[in-house]
Amino acid sequence: MAINNQLKNQHLLWRAGFGPMAENANALATASQQSFLNALEKASSKTPGYIDVAGNMLQGLAMGVGDIASLQKSEMSADQKKQIRKQSQQDIKNLNLAWLNEMVNSDAQLREKTSLFWHGHFASRNLNIFYQQLLLDIIRKNALGNFSDLLFGVSKSAAMINFLNNNQNKKDHPNENFAREVMELFTLGRGHYSENDVKEAARAFTGWGANLQGDFVFRRFQHDEGSKSFLGKTGNFDGDDILSILLEQKQTANHIAGKIYRYFVDDSLDEARANWLGERFYQSNYDIKALIRDIFSSEWFYEERHIGSRIKSPVDLIVGIRRTLPMKIENQEAQLLVQRVLGQLLFYPPNVAGWPGGTNWIDSSTLMFRLRIPQIIYEADEFEMKPKDDDDQMMGMKEKEENQGGFKNPGKRGGGQMIRAEINWDTYFKKFEGLRREDLFSAISRALLQTKSMFNENVLSSDMDLSSRESFIKTATIQLMSTPEYQMC
Amino acid sequence: MLIKRREFLQIGSLASTSLMLPKFLKAFERRNLVPSGSKVLVVLQLSGGNDGLNTVIPIRNDIYYSSRPHLGIEKDKALTLTDEVGLHPALTSFRDLYADGSLGILHSVGYPNPDRSHFRSMDIWQTASDSDHYVNNGWLGRYLDAQCQGCEKPTQALEIDDVLSLALKGDRMKGIALKDPKRLHDNSHVKYFGDLISAHTDSEQPVDYLYKMMAETLSAADYIFEQSRLRPSSAQYPATELGKNFHTIASLIFSEINTKVYYVSLGSFDTHVNQQAQQQRLFAELNDAVSAFVTDLKTNHRFDDVLLMTFSEFGRRVSQNASGGTDHGTANNMFLVSGGLKEKGLINPLPDLSNLDQGDLKYQVDFKNIYGTVLKNWLNADDLKILGRNSDYLRFV
Repeated sequence: MAINNQLKNQHLLWRAGFGPMAENANALATASQQSFLNALEKASSKTPGYIDVAGNMLQGLAMGVGDIASLQKSEMSADQKKQIRKQSQQDIKNLNLAWLNEMVNSDAQLREKTSLFWHGHFASRNLNIFYQQLLLDIIRKNALGNFSDLLFGVSKSAAMINFLNNNQNKKDHPNENFAREVMELFTLGRGHYSENDVKEAARAFTGWGANLQGDFVFRRFQHDEGSKSFLGKTGNFDGDDILSILLEQKQTANHIAGKIYRYFVDDSLDEARANWLGERFYQSNYDIKALIRDIFSSEWFYEERHIGSRIKSPVDLIVGIRRTLPMKIENQEAQLLVQRVLGQLLFYPPNVAGWPGGTNWIDSSTLMFRLRIPQIIYEADEFEMKPKDDDDQMMGMKEKEENQGGFKNPGKRGGGQMIRAEINWDTYFKKFEGLRREDLFSAISRALLQTKSMFNENVLSSDMDLSSRESFIKTATIQLMSTPEYQMC
Repeated sequence: MLIKRREFLQIGSLASTSLMLPKFLKAFERRNLVPSGSKVLVVLQLSGGNDGLNTVIPIRNDIYYSSRPHLGIEKDKALTLTDEVGLHPALTSFRDLYADGSLGILHSVGYPNPDRSHFRSMDIWQTASDSDHYVNNGWLGRYLDAQCQGCEKPTQALEIDDVLSLALKGDRMKGIALKDPKRLHDNSHVKYFGDLISAHTDSEQPVDYLYKMMAETLSAADYIFEQSRLRPSSAQYPATELGKNFHTIASLIFSEINTKVYYVSLGSFDTHVNQQAQQQRLFAELNDAVSAFVTDLKTNHRFDDVLLMTFSEFGRRVSQNASGGTDHGTANNMFLVSGGLKEKGLINPLPDLSNLDQGDLKYQVDFKNIYGTVLKNWLNADDLKILGRNSDYLRFV
């Protein structure tokens, strides 16, 4: 099939955001990519608000004691500590859902989509809700700003300092974790530094810590004041100096540009394009917005081979469905279960390297579950899926968790889980108003699928309800969303 | 080209009619399958960090008792193996296996620069990576990659669970997770999925990968379900989750399925608080399920062909904490259960509690050497290729 204007616009909206919203159907066929890109940039130009979900109890405590990670040392009773951990864990769930709702409803699609990239790039696991909120805020505020600001902000965040053990990085007992990851994952990439650079950088980062309120502190007495040799330079470097030297390396720009290319364009890297992007990223002094504009305004981004070539991440999938089919979800937490089963629970990346993506999302269980999700939502089907336990998250409280039951179907003893959602079909129907009956199926396909292969209506007709125009649109939509093709964008 | 369509139909129809096929055709159908009598590995993951020191107890060690004034298990309560060593009181069937010569215990298993996060340490065990490397595939997944070139059915490694662990994800091949063969069969035997597959033509686009995975899943679901009904175990298993899982595994082992590796988990052993009751309960579940499984294997003359191996992502600290539990530690012990062990009993020395690393055990055996041994000597696989390293082989198999 031909690559028409609608497909290109949808391509842009899926890659620069989480897919088209039910409302912007009409412009898709006619408007230019440039006008969509301008609109995306404009909508993302505002500074985003701080997402603050921490419960009142924790807010109060934060004023007094503050830190959840160092509760062991405080005077609180075991019960109080337990309650605080539980509350913090609950709040991280709320933070997940609040951000997910932003991704669905916000016009700042480009900002949220890019933030999701940085959320995986600067992956951090932390059970402290305040640290998580602060890190997310740094990421969302700087997502389209300057990479230098973002790198400094993240490196000095309590979440990262704790996750990568820099609070334990002291003059006489250096801890190399942070120094290693800042090079391997955040800037240069593997193979562009020596073990000695790691050791020397770790010395420079000694004394970088975070206090109970999540503020960065420099502990002078723990800092190693001696001379360090790092990437060919010698001096009495501190952590700021190391980050600055890392930003001076063209390899940092190349590494980031390559990773951005793989996230927004294609899993397999095109070296020439990545180098071109890296060069311009470096020349622009790490302007992320300009880098992303370079991609989305290039001709090659709209080449046929890049359209429908990416496997949606679980978050792309969930958010994309909700944007296409506006719905009210009664049991919001069911979305967390879906994230866990599909292997991408926000705020719980598998490790500091983030989610590997691509075909790593897919195995027989995740694929078959993905194909059932639209039906689960539409028919309120019960399903039985138990995700793996996460002991870091449970902190020895597994039994209690399970007894709370979450979103089990209350009607049935030992019954499966459900997603209780009400789809607002009226907005969706408007998309297809005025179309002839025989053109409906292909119009729905074109709106939902980015892949080259298209379905023959007859193949799926036995699975659709032909009794009325409305039920036809509904069932055709649900069936088309239950295809391997819909997993691609 | 119709992707996998023809293969899929063939496998599907053969599988569902296989009970009626004449013998010679059956043999033809299964030409790629392993001959019966070949080796099977069952990996049992004790999730959450099982406390190894209260599992295999140094009953004459003063440091053990002084570090654990409340949690230490007294000598006369432990199940005695030797003058020095006892087992947790709930592990009676493991004591019998020990007496029987069917239990091997490895002490102080771990890896350099241990990580105390559950998730990260579990990643390291499941990927068999060094602790400062991040690897996106698991050691059993890479076993599938190496063993299963051109396999039609990726059923060489099965996990008894709803969700597949990283351990079973390879670069090209991925194991299959199923809680119950019937449920897998029912969930995938939806007419709609069949319609999709028959309608799909190879588009030479990335979506083909998903169609291939889907076709393989559907065909595997059929195959596993048919096999599970071939010779279902009629033995009694405890009505626990692990009991049911071992029952499923036994029924598949007795069939003629080509599965070489089964993976199953029990947990959570993350006993920061109130360890005694939690470990007791989990060990009772473990003990009864393993006991039923071993009896079943023996009755069916398969105990010599099956190796059950347990592991946990880390052990716990030597000293108890202030909440009646223990915190995350490092090295740990592993159980090996089989009728075919070449080395049995206490395979290496007990951990040296007078030589600790800031309150933690020092590892003596790198777990990757155990994987290497099992891959080479039990599964007959290319361990060097799978693990990317030379192993110091042990001799238990």
